[in-house]
Formats: sequence, structure tokens, C-alpha cells
Amino acid sequence: MSEEKNVNNSEELALDDANRVQVLSPGMMVAKRFFRNKLAITGLVIIICMFLFAFLGGVVVPYSQSEVFYTSEEMKKDYAGATEISEYQVFANDGVELPKDISSKLIRALVKKEPTIETRDGSTFALNELNNDIFEIASADGSESLAYVCKLQAYAPEGGLVESGLTAAMVAARANDETSFDYNGESYTVEEHGSGTMVRNASGEDVAYVTSYSINAVENGVSITIDFREAVVKAITDNAESFDFNDEEYQVANTNGQYEITKYKNTSVINQFERPSSKHWVGTDANGMDLLARLMYGGRISLLIGFVVVAIELFLGIIVGGFAGYFGGWVDTLLMRLVDIIYCVPSMPLYLIIGSIMDFYKVGAGVRIFYLCILMGLIGWVGIARIIRGQILSLREQEFMTACEACGISIKRRVFKHLIPNVIPQLVVFASMDIGSVILAESTLSFLGLGVKYPAASWGNIINAVNDSYVMTNYLFVWIPAGILILLTVLAFNFIGDGLRDAFDPKMKR
Amino acid sequence: MKKFVIRRLLLSIVILFFVSMIIYAIMRCMPTSFVEQKAMALSQKPGAKSYQEWLDQLNAAYGLDVGIVQGYLKWFVKLITQRDFGDSWYFNMPVLEKFSSVIWYSFALSLASFILEICIAIPLGVIAARKQYSGADYAITVFALIGISLPSFFFATVLKWIFAVKLNIFDLYGIVGRNYMNLSTGGKILDMAYHLVLPAITLTIVSVGSLMRYTRTNMLEVLNADYIRTARAKGLPESRVVNYHAFRNILIPIITLLGGTLPGLFGGAMITETLFQIPGIGYTSYQCIIQGDIPFVMFYMLFFAMLILLGNLIADILYAVVDPRVRVN
Repeated sequence: MSEEKNVNNSEELALDDANRVQVLSPGMMVAKRFFRNKLAITGLVIIICMFLFAFLGGVVVPYSQSEVFYTSEEMKKDYAGATEISEYQVFANDGVELPKDISSKLIRALVKKEPTIETRDGSTFALNELNNDIFEIASADGSESLAYVCKLQAYAPEGGLVESGLTAAMVAARANDETSFDYNGESYTVEEHGSGTMVRNASGEDVAYVTSYSINAVENGVSITIDFREAVVKAITDNAESFDFNDEEYQVANTNGQYEITKYKNTSVINQFERPSSKHWVGTDANGMDLLARLMYGGRISLLIGFVVVAIELFLGIIVGGFAGYFGGWVDTLLMRLVDIIYCVPSMPLYLIIGSIMDFYKVGAGVRIFYLCILMGLIGWVGIARIIRGQILSLREQEFMTACEACGISIKRRVFKHLIPNVIPQLVVFASMDIGSVILAESTLSFLGLGVKYPAASWGNIINAVNDSYVMTNYLFVWIPAGILILLTVLAFNFIGDGLRDAFDPKMKR
Repeated sequence: MKKFVIRRLLLSIVILFFVSMIIYAIMRCMPTSFVEQKAMALSQKPGAKSYQEWLDQLNAAYGLDVGIVQGYLKWFVKLITQRDFGDSWYFNMPVLEKFSSVIWYSFALSLASFILEICIAIPLGVIAARKQYSGADYAITVFALIGISLPSFFFATVLKWIFAVKLNIFDLYGIVGRNYMNLSTGGKILDMAYHLVLPAITLTIVSVGSLMRYTRTNMLEVLNADYIRTARAKGLPESRVVNYHAFRNILIPIITLLGGTLPGLFGGAMITETLFQIPGIGYTSYQCIIQGDIPFVMFYMLFFAMLILLGNLIADILYAVVDPRVRVN
């Protein structure tokens, strides 16, 4: 192919034609060498993809980084509880007032099987046993029936209890195995339903349900109708595990005589740790936020911090290193001692200290990112200053600098126009690798919870979820993608830096 | 040489002085520090003094009732006159005592990964340089760069997931196992070594890359040297050229580099130790930083700065000692 081209060229051009010679500027040579490096190209492609993913993806993705997703979940909720009535209830007949301590005295009499009850005020009553575990309290001489005692309770149609007199009449009827009775001039019929008894008035309406189970709703303000009671009692007596009532299914669970009536109810809950699906491609995190969106926004922050920090470092490093290297003498000594001091401060512990100071001051998530950039820039510039100074020290002795001086070019121009451009190769290599290490440091800080903070996303604080071992073991999709993104990004910057170093190095053989 | 070392040491002391000043000033910036939390806890006990009284008393006890400058001077004078770093607030014991009780865990961990690193990095670096631009070179370069780029916390988590959760070979956290107390002395040491395996692997993988790259670069340089060409021209076998003539010459920069990293073995690996809860100097100082324990953090930061300075000094001295062509000044 290339030979063919050469033949064509030689046909058209003279042998000494200038167009035959391909002229490449040093920059183009570097670019050519760079683009020949497979790893560097891989790195470049990865970085471009990361930028598209983070900046374009963040625009395209329909969710924001802090949007919380809810899901409705069928949750078993306690609806009511039922227990068998274990204590005797006293139902006084209409218009009868019994002494207040009758219940306790009654229990004593029942236990001791005494036929009489004696209350504290001295009055005595007769206790007669009737059928069906029902007792009758009568006046001492046995002439007048005062109250009925049984392990039953009568409930009104819309919840609540039926008045005592009516209950007493019902109990009396039950004791005598009668199917109808009269109370206050009205007649009532009694019908067996399960182990309870439904009481109807003359016009056939349900007025009360007598049962040996006490049923209470779990939630306040829910009244339990007698129809529901009837259904529950029926389920309990049938030993059924579930029953239908008004087209809804209820479950009955028996634990030592305590019956729990539960029903499934739709509840809105935060969509935590949802596995990857068509709606959430990478799933959701502990706060029910879409992980893909968070990865994108986190990528923005991580990349942004990387570039901003390196820009600050370059700015400070070039100025300080440039002046120190060019002027030498006491300026150099002073500036380099400053560099030594900052170089000696352990950076990671310092970031942690400042991170916890910001925690104490409750710095907002956005401002925190800003401070973090400045802090990392202020610590990191010393490496660049050293490179620049070292290069300038050797460069300034060379002939072209003497020529500059002889031409009378100002110092500022000499440093920044003639010296610094000669240092740029080293700088570019250092900077591209430095972006990688800044991203690493930032993600480590965020991982420890002292860098970028919730609700702002960063790749590091997404992985922070693994501090909960349960998440680490069971929800790989939460932390693996973020880790791989960090790895790829830092790796890509290192590939590029490596490729640039090889490309800039004139000794390089290919 | 002697003059050079003495000058560097004096300079180091000045630098350490400034570093300590900066760290102290930053540490005192924590408004809700350790003391305030402690005062809060103490004042909530039944029958206790009020919060303010406790705060004043504790501030006086911990030497925080004075300004930053006086506080620093107080700390500094105590350090100079009594060689005492004070008591750690969080651990409630002398800083140096706590330090000497935890440092050996860190040292063992760092030493293990240091040795592993040398054993992996130097052979691979040499292979990569010998076969520049071959598949092996690319593979080693990519491996080294992946190591450099791996976030240690992520890699540690992956290792934990594979080896502790899925394969159940190692424990998730800690330096000792459950029945440590029932083991014999040898068993105890083995148990600790066993618990250091995952942290050591983590440290090795994330730090092996730079040494590998360094070896490769230096080997490439040496292989281009004239004496290697001479050796080849003499008809020496390639293995002898590389393993004898070239390898001896790359030892100069490598020993210089490794000598410089030796003090770092005592510095601890904060992130890795914290993740595996190895009670070394890194994890201990991480806890102290979070709690705002000024005496311990001051000590740790100074210690770390000292290690960095010492490392640079050792590297410079070794540079001159190993290579007689180099003069220190």
C-alpha cells in the first residue's frame, strides 16, 4: 500500500520536491509516538468513555442522584388479636346495682365453690350454678335474680359492648337453652353461629353477638363489627388458618391461645437494594436511590476533583518551583524549605483530620467538595514545584538561556516563556498520573466517610456501603461497579501518563 | 559526608518543629473535640456536675484552657524537657506506651509485604525490560499499573469477599481468631500471621507496581549501556549478561530506593489496617484522628514526618555509599 503510494508520488513530484519530505514538528512527533502506543490509546478511550458516562450520562439518565425510589410491598400486618375470655364476667340485670367488689368476691366464691358471696359492705348474695358454665347471682334469700356470670361477652353490631341488662337477659336465655327471650318489652331470637350466638330482634336485625372470644383491633380507631367477629370465631373453632371476609383474606395464627389475625396490606417502602432491573440498571442503594445515576454523578465529582486539584497544584507548583529554580540563592532556600515542610506533613492523616473538622462544623456537601479540592491542591503542589525547580536548575545553565539574557528579555518572560515550556513534558506526564492519584485519594477519603458526603455522590462513598457486612456479602451490585469505575479511571490516567512519558522521551526506540 | 549528615539532621529538626506547629494548630481547630464529648458523657451521669463545670475541669486537665500558642509551647516544653508526648486521651495511657504496644503489628505487616514486593517486583521488572514491547512486557506493565491504580479499600473488600465470605478461609476482621486464648505460644504467633495474610496481600499488590516499573526503567537503561554491549561482544551468554553484568548495576538505584523506604515500614498502613482492623499504628492513629485525640495524633504525625525525612536521608547516603562515583555534596 505504502509502496504504491510512493510510486504515485514519484510520478507526480520531482526528486527534490519539498512535498516529498514529510515535515513533522516535535509536537507532532510526540503525538505520532503517543498514538502508536496501544496502552495509551486504551487509556484515552477509557477516559473519553468515562467523561461521556459521567457528564453526558448524567444528562440522559432520567433520575437525579438524590431521587429516592419507593416500592409498594405486600406486607403482612397485624389486624386484630383474639383470646378466649378466661375470667368470669358479671352482667347485672337491668336496674340492678351490685357492690363494687362483687367480681373479686365472686372469684373467691367460685374457687372455693361456696354457694354464697359476701361483700365488704356486709351484704350477702346467693350463687347458683346453671347450665353451660353460667352462674346466677341472686339475692341472699334466692328470691330475686340480680346478675349472670359467664365467660362470654356480648358485642354490639358496630363494635363496643352491649348494655349489661340486655346481656344478662341473653345469658339467662342461653342458660336455659331457650332460643328466644323478651327484654324491655321487645322479643329477641337467638341463633347459634359457630361457638358464638347471634342475637336478633323482632325485625330480624342483628343486635348483638355473644362469644367466648375477646377480639380487639391492633390499630386504634378500627371498630370490629359483629360480622367480622363471627367470621373470626368461626375460623378459630374450625381451626382454619385463613378466612375470607368482605373479599379480603385474613390469616389466623394461634400462639398458645393467643390468636393473631393478620392481613396483607400494600405499603409504600423505600426501594432498598433492588437488584439490577430494566428500571434500575445497576439497582438501588441503601437509600433507595438509583445506583446508575449515582455512579454518573459520582463520576462527575471524582473527575472534576481530579482536574481541579491538579490545576491548583500546577498553578502553585509552577510559580513556586519556577521562581525558586530561576533565582536560586535565598529565594530558593526559603521556598524549598517551605516545600520540605509541606512534603513532610503526612497527607492522608491530614485529610482525615480536616475531614473530621468539617464534620464537626457540619459543612454542607457541596461546599465540602470545594474545600476538599483546595486542601488537596494546597498539599499536593510540592511534587510539581520540585520537578520544576530541578529542571530549571539544569536548563538555566544552557546556552539558549544565556542568549535570552543577552537579548534583554525580562525575567518574567524568560521564566515563563522560555524555561517553563521546556519543563512541560515532565509536567504533562506528572499531571496525568497525578489526576489518577488524586482520584484515588478522594475516593479513599469518601470511602472513610470524610470526603464527599451524602447526599452528593462519589465513587468512594458508594463503596462505603460495604462497611455493612451484609451489603458486602449479599449486594455485590452496590459496590463492585463503583470500584471498577475507580480502577478503570485511575488506570486510564496512568496509561496515558505512561504513554506520554514514552512519547516525550527522545531516547525511545521503536 | 559527616558534615552533610549533620547538616541534614539539623535541618530535619527545624522542619519537624514547623510540622508539629502546623499539626497542633489544625488539631486545635476541632470545635467539638474529644473533651467536649467526654464532658457531655460525664455530665449525663446521675448526680454529676453540670456540663460547663465538667468542660472547664477537663479543659484544664487536658491543657486546653490556654490559647493555641501557649498550648503549643506547653506541649513543646514538655516534649523537650521530659521527652514526654503526654497521655493519649482516647486510650487513656501514655502515648509512647501505646505506640510501643501497637508498632510491631504494623512492622510485621509492612515487612511481610515489603519482602513479597521485592520477590515479585524485581524478577518481573527484569523480565519486562529484557523483552521490551513483548507480550510479557505488556502484561507486566498492565499488571503493575493495575496495582498502582487499585484503590486499596476496594481491593481489600474484594479479597475479603472472596476469601472470607465465599471460601471462608480467613476471618473478616481482627488480628487474632476466636480461640486465640487457648493456643500455645507458637500457635498464637501462627494465628496472628494467618490473620495478616489478607492485609499483606492487599498491601503488596497496591504497592508492588512502582518498584516493578522502577526496576524495568533502570534495567532498560543499563541494558543500553556500553559495557553491556561489550559483554555481549565478548560472546558471553545472554543469561550471564543480564543476571550478572546488568543486574549488579541495577542494584545501585534499587538499593537506594529500598533503603529510602525502610523507615516507612514503621509508618503503618492506615487504610489497610483500618479495613482489616489490625491494631497497628495506622489503625490506632485512625481512631485517634476520628476522636480528636491531640497528643496521640501529634505524636503520630511527627513520627511519620520523621520517617519521611529519615527515608530521604538514608536514600541520599546510600546513593553515595553504593555508588562511589557520586559525591554527597
